[in-house]
Amino acid sequence: MNIKHSFLDAFVAAILATIVFGPIMGIVLDGYSFNLDVPRVAIIVGIIFVGRFVFQLTISTQGGRDFFQQFEKGRAGSIEVTDPGIKTVLAKAIPFIMLAAAILPFFIGKYWITILILAYIYILLGLGLNIVVGLAGLLDLGFVAFYAIGAYGLALGSEYLGIGFWIALPMSAILAASFGAILGFPVLRMHGDYLAIVTLGFGEIIRLVLNNWSAFTHGPNGASAPPATLFNLEFKRTAAEGYTPFHEFFNIDYNSTHRYIFIYLLVLIAVAFALRLKHRLVKMPIGRAWEALRENEIACRSLGMNHVTIKLSAFMMGAAIAGVAGVFFAAKDGFVNPASFSFIESALILAIVVLGGLGSTVGVVIAALLVILIPEVMREFSEYRYLVFGLLMVIMMIIRPRGLITIKRDRKFSTKGEGAVVETKQGEGAA
Amino acid sequence: MSKNILTIDKLSMRFGGILALDNVSFEVEKGSITALIGPNGAGKTTVFNCITGFYKATSGALTLHTRQEPTSINKVLGQPFQLDDIFKPRQLASRIFYKMFGGTHRVNMAGLARTFQNIQLFNDLTVIENLQIAQHNTVNKSLFAGVFNTKAFKESEQASIDRAYELLEVFNLTADANRLAGEMSYGQQRRLEIARAICTNPEMIALDEPAAGLNPNETEALAKMIQMLRTEFKMTVMLIEHDMGMVMKVSDFIIVLDHGEVIAKGTPDEILNNPKVIAAYLGVDDDEVAA
Ligand SMILES: Nc1ncnc2c1ncn2[C@@H]1O[C@H](COP(=O)(O)OP(=O)(O)OP(=O)(O)O)[C@@H](O)[C@H]1O
Ligand SMILES: [Mg+2]
Repeated sequence: MNIKHSFLDAFVAAILATIVFGPIMGIVLDGYSFNLDVPRVAIIVGIIFVGRFVFQLTISTQGGRDFFQQFEKGRAGSIEVTDPGIKTVLAKAIPFIMLAAAILPFFIGKYWITILILAYIYILLGLGLNIVVGLAGLLDLGFVAFYAIGAYGLALGSEYLGIGFWIALPMSAILAASFGAILGFPVLRMHGDYLAIVTLGFGEIIRLVLNNWSAFTHGPNGASAPPATLFNLEFKRTAAEGYTPFHEFFNIDYNSTHRYIFIYLLVLIAVAFALRLKHRLVKMPIGRAWEALRENEIACRSLGMNHVTIKLSAFMMGAAIAGVAGVFFAAKDGFVNPASFSFIESALILAIVVLGGLGSTVGVVIAALLVILIPEVMREFSEYRYLVFGLLMVIMMIIRPRGLITIKRDRKFSTKGEGAVVETKQGEGAA
Repeated sequence: MSKNILTIDKLSMRFGGILALDNVSFEVEKGSITALIGPNGAGKTTVFNCITGFYKATSGALTLHTRQEPTSINKVLGQPFQLDDIFKPRQLASRIFYKMFGGTHRVNMAGLARTFQNIQLFNDLTVIENLQIAQHNTVNKSLFAGVFNTKAFKESEQASIDRAYELLEVFNLTADANRLAGEMSYGQQRRLEIARAICTNPEMIALDEPAAGLNPNETEALAKMIQMLRTEFKMTVMLIEHDMGMVMKVSDFIIVLDHGEVIAKGTPDEILNNPKVIAAYLGVDDDEVAA
């Protein structure tokens, strides 16, 4: 009986597959005419038929049902309340990881340094978006706009106002946050879907403005950005007026890698700061308020919290971090153009946040590294990367919607020591 | 100062074609326990949503007399601009202010807290965190202090935790302090929601069916807690409840709503003997009236 049901179900799936894949895969253009390629369709329909049949058979047994149900129940299970004092292995390893990351650029070539810089920039972006999407639960599809504002802040700021890297860093953060505020204030009182669409539009508007306002931004040709300086020392063969090149000051041979090593170290420091910031934010009233809003907006409003300003603060904080990331991006290449800030970048950053797990810091770091490094390692497959990301995201959403890493919440005790009572009892019992 | 903490004058609420509330007027006396009863769909929750700022009343004046000053609920929710605003810059400024920064939260800040018929907790956060979030307006929110974890910040955080434990003690939830709110039993969640509302230091609390889904023992305990809200926390309590035994026991004053209209107001005894009420509501279930 089950077999009959499964067979019918698989048969329907196969018909649907034929309708969907028939025209796409079965018709192969040949000049102005086309050929029919039946075997290709047959193979894909066959795979779908067998797959669906097996799936149906599995869930018709008790064991199979349990197997799939465990994913649905997995939600609450991925949060754990632990003692605040306990340091995980990872927390202990952080200084060593940082140290290793800091000396790494002296052993690898320029090529890998630039890729790692990009990966770190994406960690920054991921952490920024993680505040917006992961903590505050606001779906922002135009995050790349703030990244662009940061990058162009450096490029155009130096061109028109003569500011350097170090001034541009805070200025771009403030500029991006202000744009976040201007955009956010009217739309943040709306609910999720509207916000997603408005931010999507905002991202595109910024890109189009950068592309078309040639008089100001130089349009698609892009603008050059000044490199980072170390106390007025420039990382160039010959420095501009009033500056000394780094290599002359230290009396060493000129090596173009120095410049990248320098930016690498700066980005690493920025990442460390951002990680620290994120770590503290979730323990602060503002971070708690963001999480509370994500969990239940109605309850927040009933508790006297202004949901608009709280969302706005998350939005601005995320934007500021993206602005900083943008400055690093511009300083790395010494050049920016609108093509770097297309929607697909927003999607990539969102993929990092989702793969890493909404709200998880470690997850975001790992995801950012994977998303940037894997396509580099496997160059020949790089065209398939969005396919792979897409698949990974679907799988993640099904089996671990809360991310790969278990979310930890701190146990909290009163001054009198309440809150620990139950645990000590258990401990005594075990002893 | 008025002896009433809340005055509602000719409140009407319309949802499209439905007139959910029709000229509802009543007062809530300071320090009282007032019950709002009525059959299903009478509009009780709608009244709560209007007074706590979740709905903007279609018409009518709602005034809170808390924190030593009257607060117009319509005003703090943000009102449309009027023609005479042009000649009254102060009025215009206040309207713009409340349009930008007004909203439901202002009602709570003015001193009226509430709970919900369908429990609204932060399920994936711990019980303590639920209570800390409710203290959002009193803790140290400085970014600098928080990021650098200063002494003042630590003290403020610990104070909020200690306050949370005080309330957990009162509501008999201390053992569950570090559990996730969503994992707790229904009765515990109801109590946590009340404790959380109290964390905002309100002068008045509105409870929407606090006894729904509780067993008789739990209801008994809840009745004691509601009385304690008045005696220990010096709060005015307003509650919606279907459990007549409990309503008669705890409340000083009862307002009966039917089809969006107030059909009776009075002390429990007066309500019990009011023929209109018996016909509209209690008459449906004679056993409960007797009980
Ligand atoms: N947001 C809304 N949109 C449209 N109609 C609504 C809305 N809220 C309430 N109503 C309508 O208003 C009427 C009163 O509903 P309300 O929830 O206030 O009843 P209640 O007295 O709380 O009932 P119960 O005892 O079942 O909780 C109902 O007819 C309901 O359908
Ligand atoms: Mg109701």
